[in-house]
Amino acid sequence: MLRLDQVGKNFGGLPALSNVSFEVPQGLVTALIGPNGAGKSTLINCTTGVLQPSSGAVRFLQQEITALPAHQIARLGIARTFQNLKLFPRLTVLDNVLTGLTCVGGRSMLMAMLRLPYLRHRERQLKLRAMEALDRFGLADKAAWQAGSLAYGDKKRVELARATVGRSELLLLDEPVAGLNAEETAEVGDQLKLLRSTGHTMLLVEHDMDLVMEIADQVVVLDSGKCIATGTPDEVRKNPLVLEAYLGRMEAMA
Amino acid sequence: MFNLTDFLQFSFAGLTSGAIYALIALGFCVVNNTMGIVNFVQVDFVSLGGMLMFTALFTLGLPMMPGLLLAVAGVGVVAMLVERFGLRPARSDNHLVLIFLTVGLSIILRGIIKLIWGKNRMALPPLTPDEPISLFGATVLPQALWILLLTIVAIGLLTWFFYRTPLGLSMRAVASNPTAAAVVGIPAGRVRLTSYAIAGALGGLAGVLVTPITTLNYDVGVLLGLKGFAAAILGGFGSFPGAILGGVGLGLLESLSAGYLSSAYKDVVAFVVLLLVLFVRPKGLLGK
Repeated sequence: MLRLDQVGKNFGGLPALSNVSFEVPQGLVTALIGPNGAGKSTLINCTTGVLQPSSGAVRFLQQEITALPAHQIARLGIARTFQNLKLFPRLTVLDNVLTGLTCVGGRSMLMAMLRLPYLRHRERQLKLRAMEALDRFGLADKAAWQAGSLAYGDKKRVELARATVGRSELLLLDEPVAGLNAEETAEVGDQLKLLRSTGHTMLLVEHDMDLVMEIADQVVVLDSGKCIATGTPDEVRKNPLVLEAYLGRMEAMA
Repeated sequence: MFNLTDFLQFSFAGLTSGAIYALIALGFCVVNNTMGIVNFVQVDFVSLGGMLMFTALFTLGLPMMPGLLLAVAGVGVVAMLVERFGLRPARSDNHLVLIFLTVGLSIILRGIIKLIWGKNRMALPPLTPDEPISLFGATVLPQALWILLLTIVAIGLLTWFFYRTPLGLSMRAVASNPTAAAVVGIPAGRVRLTSYAIAGALGGLAGVLVTPITTLNYDVGVLLGLKGFAAAILGGFGSFPGAILGGVGLGLLESLSAGYLSSAYKDVVAFVVLLLVLFVRPKGLLGK
């Protein structure tokens, strides 16, 4: 579904990614793991048009999206969350989630404004969908709050609700449980499992290995901007390269 | 001696010019919120509004209300052209570059207005016949009531647009976080274009409403526009309630100081206020 071919990204001559190639198959959960600074977030940013890759190609549903601006990539059906949260802090929680439905209405925004009864009907439906999404993440009672005033864990869930409400073809989740406590992590984990069981395709960047091993069908390991292994969670866990480069370093740190 | 009738008279005059400043200030805020820049072409949208009204009434022979709608819509369209062909090709994200570009575009637009309508002062008739009405002893021109009424209508429409339509939500989203807006699929180009259209319509409406009271010439918008800018800063640049409060506050200050001190200093007041705000409270009354 999503295919990266030899993707590279340099920041001022320093390579953050070099020749990364892998595929995210439809209907499966692919986890992207690697030590801090391995280039995981850079890769997500290059895939969603937030950054432009310096080399290589990104294809989504057979279409090349390498040079497309972020909003067009979103319109093709890729939704994402950010590691360091990018909400609309001055908008209400409900409005934040409603923006996740921007692409759903197609291109008829201006037309819709001229047909008031139709607009009202559609508005009500979108609101209903947004409220359902909030409900799934246990945020329905905070719909009218300003997003900027929420606690960190709630903000994280608003972003997840915003990314999932439009039922995009592909979800890119950049550390969805980072900074959450055990209970919140379990809740978000349940939501991710639910999404997986309903056939959502996901690319998940995560440091929480228990979560990764539990929900990923395929694991891609990045180290220093290079893809060093791809396989099932079990294969990757046993891969000596991974043990040395990634898990070994984690143990050394611990 | 304090005279209530005088006070009402001055206040009413202040409210009227304040409404005009508020319209212009709102135009500045709309563009600032979506693009992060000060759009100095705003001042010429005011002049252009008056000019298009003049053409609609005397060249096309339209009645008042269709003329007003046509003039306001016309400025909106011109504003979209300014954004699409004046600013968009710049392809620069540097705000300073874009702001200077608006200064240049403002001079060009003023030149074009001068070429088309000439340098002479012209007179625009008020929306309804010019017979003063007496309100609590103060004398009020019907045009002043029109100004207040249509300003309130414009603010109502603007609020409806921003809070009740999908495009309005998109615009608030871009103002709040441009990166997040792009990632959920909001096209920045359309939002910029819309913000210019709105800014143009607001400036144009201010021009149509105020030029029957001032007079109409190609640079009538410059001083009015700069006062609208001062009002926006007074209220907190970018804040919509701030723009309205700043506009009305500035209008009242001007009118009361002209009434009780000297009308010679009327235009100075706006800029003294601007300087004081920048010294004492740079984020303005309702700024973030």
